[in-house]
Amino acid sequence: MKRTLFRNQLLPWLLLAPQLAITFIFFLWPAAQAVRQSFLRQDAFGINTTFVGLSNFEALWNSPEYLNSLQVTAVFAVLVTVLSMGFALLLAVAVDRMIRSTSVYTTLLVWPYAVAPAVAGILWWFIFNPTIGVMPYFLDAVGYDWNHISSKTDAMTLVVIASAWKQISYNFLFFVAGLQSVPASLREAAAIDGAGPVRRFFDITVPLLSPTTFFLLVVNIVYAMFDTFGVIDATTEGGPAQATNILVYKVYFDGFVGQNMGSSAAQSVILMLIVIALTVVQFRYVEKKVAY
Amino acid sequence: MNRLVTASAMALIASLSAANAQTEIQWWHAMGGELGAKLEEITKGFNDSQDEYTIVPSYKGTYPETMTAAIAAFRAQQQPAIVQVFEVGTGTMMAAEGAIVPVHQLMEEQGANFDPQAYLPAVVGYYTDTGGNMLSLPFNSSTPIVYYNKSVFEKAGLDPNTPPKTWAELEEFSKKIKESGAADCGFTTQWISWIQTENLSAWHNQPIGTEQNGFGGTNARLTLNGPVQVKHWENLKRLSDEGIFKYGGPVGGDNAAPMFYSQDCAMYMASSASRAGVLANAKDFEVGYGMLPYYDDVEGAPQNSIIGGASLWVLSGRPDEEYAGVAKFFEYLSTPEVQADWASFSGYLPITQAAMDQMGTFYSENPGADTGIKQITLNEPTENSKGLRFGNYVQIRGIIDEEFEQLLSGSKDAQGALDAVVERGNALIAEFEAQSQ
Repeated sequence: MKRTLFRNQLLPWLLLAPQLAITFIFFLWPAAQAVRQSFLRQDAFGINTTFVGLSNFEALWNSPEYLNSLQVTAVFAVLVTVLSMGFALLLAVAVDRMIRSTSVYTTLLVWPYAVAPAVAGILWWFIFNPTIGVMPYFLDAVGYDWNHISSKTDAMTLVVIASAWKQISYNFLFFVAGLQSVPASLREAAAIDGAGPVRRFFDITVPLLSPTTFFLLVVNIVYAMFDTFGVIDATTEGGPAQATNILVYKVYFDGFVGQNMGSSAAQSVILMLIVIALTVVQFRYVEKKVAY
Repeated sequence: MNRLVTASAMALIASLSAANAQTEIQWWHAMGGELGAKLEEITKGFNDSQDEYTIVPSYKGTYPETMTAAIAAFRAQQQPAIVQVFEVGTGTMMAAEGAIVPVHQLMEEQGANFDPQAYLPAVVGYYTDTGGNMLSLPFNSSTPIVYYNKSVFEKAGLDPNTPPKTWAELEEFSKKIKESGAADCGFTTQWISWIQTENLSAWHNQPIGTEQNGFGGTNARLTLNGPVQVKHWENLKRLSDEGIFKYGGPVGGDNAAPMFYSQDCAMYMASSASRAGVLANAKDFEVGYGMLPYYDDVEGAPQNSIIGGASLWVLSGRPDEEYAGVAKFFEYLSTPEVQADWASFSGYLPITQAAMDQMGTFYSENPGADTGIKQITLNEPTENSKGLRFGNYVQIRGIIDEEFEQLLSGSKDAQGALDAVVERGNALIAEFEAQSQ
């Protein structure tokens, strides 16, 4: 690593100042506000405020809805991550084997990433709409009565598909780049030693891809937990019966629709801790502990 | 350079004097599309009628979004003078003493021409305190009625001019319709919360909560797990299992309307303000109108239905001259001409007796348009049928939908589901009570 030495003590701080200011205004200050609010009980208009200590957190711990939301989020994050990474790897391996058309396929496959989550949500909502959608029509033909408005499983399936679909593009890009950095010589050597394509894939490609995989794992979990708000809001709004009410959506709903600022703030503090934990994991392990 | 400075200074003076001449009053509302255009037309009518005040309407999105925006603005001391709040936000607004100016107080202070007796009790009752003082001005109020497909009725051998009066009749008609193959399902509905729970209670004179359905104070608690409500939910579950009733989804039941329009379901319980939309979409069949059905073994039924929609709240902390303008504007909004124009355009209920009288010809030319107003004024409202007022009610409505879905999926029975509504709802009400102390 290249080190730069500054003679002037002030200059480095000055150069950092814009970034620090942005971090302070858009992250530290609001985060501090959330932490403060999480210890308060306040009416919607902010007229009566009482300090209640940890009782907002305690209420969450005792709330079956919150525990349900935790569980829903876990299931949702795992499904989205597995589905989007699995498909992306499949597509990446397929594209990697092409010689001339790689860039065309890559461009085409990356398109969905440009679609905003809310738009993706609406798109899938139309496709799967029980009354006017195309999919329920086909599913009906094979004897499945699709209804994500009353069936919890259908609702979860819908939001998982809508969220994973968008993320496949992103994962695909990284996997393609990862695959291209796997030296062809290793695979060739293995082939000469008599290893079949499946064996070569699992014994050489997969281990060498592990840094990419691990990075994507963290990114996808973060995506599923935080960036899928738009998808949920546009499709199920957390329903039916809270079956798709992930933590982020609950923060929004309790705070902005329900006007329960204290509880909403407490929930966002918990989310903040989860993000911090995930970031620490990523920084500590992603570059160091993953074996090449 | 000099010229530029002079020019901008003059522009500044010009803009200042313009601001002095007319007091601008912000009005945040949630009326999009056609309704929003009509609202702007009404505002323009007021602005043109005098030159002291200018009402500036701004569309702020859905009802919850508008309310949230106004609350956030109040916290930042940037609030509008007038905000349109939906009926379930009434509890929150009313408890915000110090943040709102009650309409009766505003009108008195500004010496406005204001006669509380002129308003229809069934409409304004929802927005008054226990002393009968009007807290907010009803703007768009509607009530649920039954729309039915006359063509399907005929095909099924039913009299197309007789809608079902009772739930027993509704079931009988639905069975005939299904058996004759005239339609796939008997009925569907918007709003499980508003229509099949709150209005069902009022229509049968059953309490929704203690303390006069919450009008008496924030210490009120829900009691809507009574025998009539339980029996009704049980019925809906049974009818749903038999394919007679189809669920249209949570909140407003977005999927209910398409089922009625496509002639899948023969009857549709929906807001009286949906009339224009129903007529526009009912292309291949004739629409009939009826009052909500009732259980004839419940004493006191039918009582009167309750309203939904929104009212205009005045927020405190604005300069005095704005409040004088707000009072003038509310006077203008309450005139029979403006009311009759708005109500006949939108299908919302007129808020004064004079406006209702003025609409006589409209009602006689548009059959069914008066079903709502007839139903809401059927009887003098009782403590159980005046409306409801609970804190955190937006979430409680969500709970009603969730528990109803639990009932439909078979994981709870009607009693269990309504007990859960009461238990979870009361926890939220208790939380609200603690917040506002």
